[in-house]
Amino acid sequence: MATSKIMIKGGRVVDPTQGIDRVTNLYISGKKVEKIGGKTSKGYKVIEADGLYVMPGLVDMHTHLREPGREDKETVISGANAAVAGGFTSIACMANTQPPIDNAEVVKYVIEKAGKAACHVYPVAAVSKGMEGNELTEMGDILKAGAVAFSDDGVPVKNGELLRNALEYLKMFGVPVLLHEEDMSLSHDGVMNEGPVATLLGLTGIPSVSETSMIARDLVIAEYIGGKVHFCHLSAADSARLVKDARARGVKVTCEVTPHHLVLSDDIVKEMEYDTNTKVNPPVRSRDDRKALQKALISGTIDCIATDHAPHAPEDKDKEYNYAPFGMTGLETAVGVVFTELVNPKKLTVKEFVTRASVNPAKILQIPGGTLKPGSAADVTVIDPGKEWVVKTAAFKSKSNNSPFIGNKLKGKVILTIVDGFVKYSEL
Amino acid sequence: MSLKSKHLLGLEDKTKGEILEILDTAKSFRKILDRPVRKVPTLRGITVANLFFEASTRTRTSFELAEKRLSSEVVNFSASTSSLSKGESLRDTVENIEAMQVDIVVMRHSAPGAPHFLSKRIKAAVVNAGDGTHEHPTQGLLDLYTIREYFPKLEGLKVVIVGDIKHSRVARSDIWGLNKLGADVALCGPPTLIPLGIEKMGVKVYHDLDKAIKGANVLYLLRLQLERQKGGFIPSLREYTQLFGINSEKLKLLSDDYIVMHPGPMNRGVEITQEVADCDRAVILRQVTNGVAVRMAVLYLSASLIRPLEK
Repeated sequence: MATSKIMIKGGRVVDPTQGIDRVTNLYISGKKVEKIGGKTSKGYKVIEADGLYVMPGLVDMHTHLREPGREDKETVISGANAAVAGGFTSIACMANTQPPIDNAEVVKYVIEKAGKAACHVYPVAAVSKGMEGNELTEMGDILKAGAVAFSDDGVPVKNGELLRNALEYLKMFGVPVLLHEEDMSLSHDGVMNEGPVATLLGLTGIPSVSETSMIARDLVIAEYIGGKVHFCHLSAADSARLVKDARARGVKVTCEVTPHHLVLSDDIVKEMEYDTNTKVNPPVRSRDDRKALQKALISGTIDCIATDHAPHAPEDKDKEYNYAPFGMTGLETAVGVVFTELVNPKKLTVKEFVTRASVNPAKILQIPGGTLKPGSAADVTVIDPGKEWVVKTAAFKSKSNNSPFIGNKLKGKVILTIVDGFVKYSEL
Repeated sequence: MSLKSKHLLGLEDKTKGEILEILDTAKSFRKILDRPVRKVPTLRGITVANLFFEASTRTRTSFELAEKRLSSEVVNFSASTSSLSKGESLRDTVENIEAMQVDIVVMRHSAPGAPHFLSKRIKAAVVNAGDGTHEHPTQGLLDLYTIREYFPKLEGLKVVIVGDIKHSRVARSDIWGLNKLGADVALCGPPTLIPLGIEKMGVKVYHDLDKAIKGANVLYLLRLQLERQKGGFIPSLREYTQLFGINSEKLKLLSDDYIVMHPGPMNRGVEITQEVADCDRAVILRQVTNGVAVRMAVLYLSASLIRPLEK
């Protein structure tokens, strides 16, 4: 569905980049935002937005599309369809495909696929060749091909010298390294958060120090080098504390948290009786950790909400807890979950939400979006904060269904997503 | 009164009343075991499948005997976990069992939660014969049964479990059962073998053996496996024995009225000396005999929720 001129009428327009938070009209002309405010509707296709929130399109800087390699789990196209259904107009996809996105050719392959996708898709390339942690990828060539950042996400950069070199080398280009922080010797064969719940269930725990010890290491490496680090999916209270302290010292650090780490605790593994849709890495941790992550998100210590959308085939998840792969989908539940638990209960303001879910991730990745300034790309998300809905697998646009939120009743739903001036998702 | 669920996944889910019912039922089966003809027709027409995905001699034999003494039809399926590539076939195995129309599945599996996985996918009753480091409910029940033979009132009874609590499904089931029946449970072992947050199960934790066992009525020893040395949990078996091994001297610290228990197989000379293992107060073989009666009771009560049975 295409239209050249759209008026989104009478919604609460929230754009922190312009200091706007008021009920007004948003005008789109062609692929660009035309203006905010005005009365005329003549010549525009009018979309009534009474009672709805209108914001810059959401940006998810952490998704796993499984193309190339596991197209049965997710493709660039299906992932983008899930993204727009979840309100995301831009997504960054991680490098751990098969083969990994570790050279310019694979970057180009993904970008070519993304040409037909419902939203903007930005590849993140691997830090090390083959994600093996030994040699740097051809970072200059890869950036020229269109990647926006580097990450071996899924596994940590174990070798401290390699990370040092990556950070040093990337000073030429100014892009960040996105780090999955985990000391594998401490996580060992763990499958959930270490603590009383794991003890009761007899499952091997992954201690929070497996994350925090690596964050501590990499913060001081970044400080020493003066490089840019971004920490993926913080799971522990101490991780947020380490980031806060380092930032106060001037370290160039940013970080993200997932909706599941914000709202779930390790109790869920017991409540859902070993349901493998609760198995995720890093694991959802204690209630205290969850509370601290919420606080850190609200205070701004945590810059972004990112989904870590990790689709898995049903036959891979339909196993004993120990043998199922880590990961949960998140693109289509993120807004509902965060609105239900944080925005609607007024813990997180709408403005703060937009900052964390759109403005900041666009800024960190240095990609277009994250704003409704006149002349910027017409990427717009419209959310109905009061709409109640039940998470159902049948409604998922993602090829995978591995969500721990299936059956949950949520309040707050994306009802319109516009990408480059085109309506890509609509419940209106 | 009957059980709420036909499954026995763990003692955590069972109420005090349900546990007592199983133990009381076991008492009547225990009498049968002392008769010249140790067989009753109670489970005639009931099919039980024993699925052992992990090596087991005593538990499997004990279940098989219990099943045969109740006249059920028994099929055995054993597979070492190594031969199944990471348990991938559990789902398929499950569907095959379903297709074969068995009534009760007894399963031992190395993955915690595997019986829960099974119970959600088949109509048959599932009896957990040990799931990884989670639970071993029939061991817990036979331990309770044996303790009650010597101490009819469990309220306030001092029980100390010594050893590798972290990797022990027996300890977890025993703690649930003992706590529900009102015993005072303490644990003792090196901090590396005590799992985080176990105190929340309502137990005291000690690292000093003498302090832990002082005045205890039940001294329960766990097997210390050699792998724990390789895994870096203890420096050596020798040092473990020095710090946590039980010899006759240590027995003097216990209450005058005490028993020594062990789930087997014992590592004589490591957690327990020959002398202690063979002493009058060691009820280790009694546990084994009672195990058959307790498993008969569990199977009987599960089967009675599937179809009406004559007793």
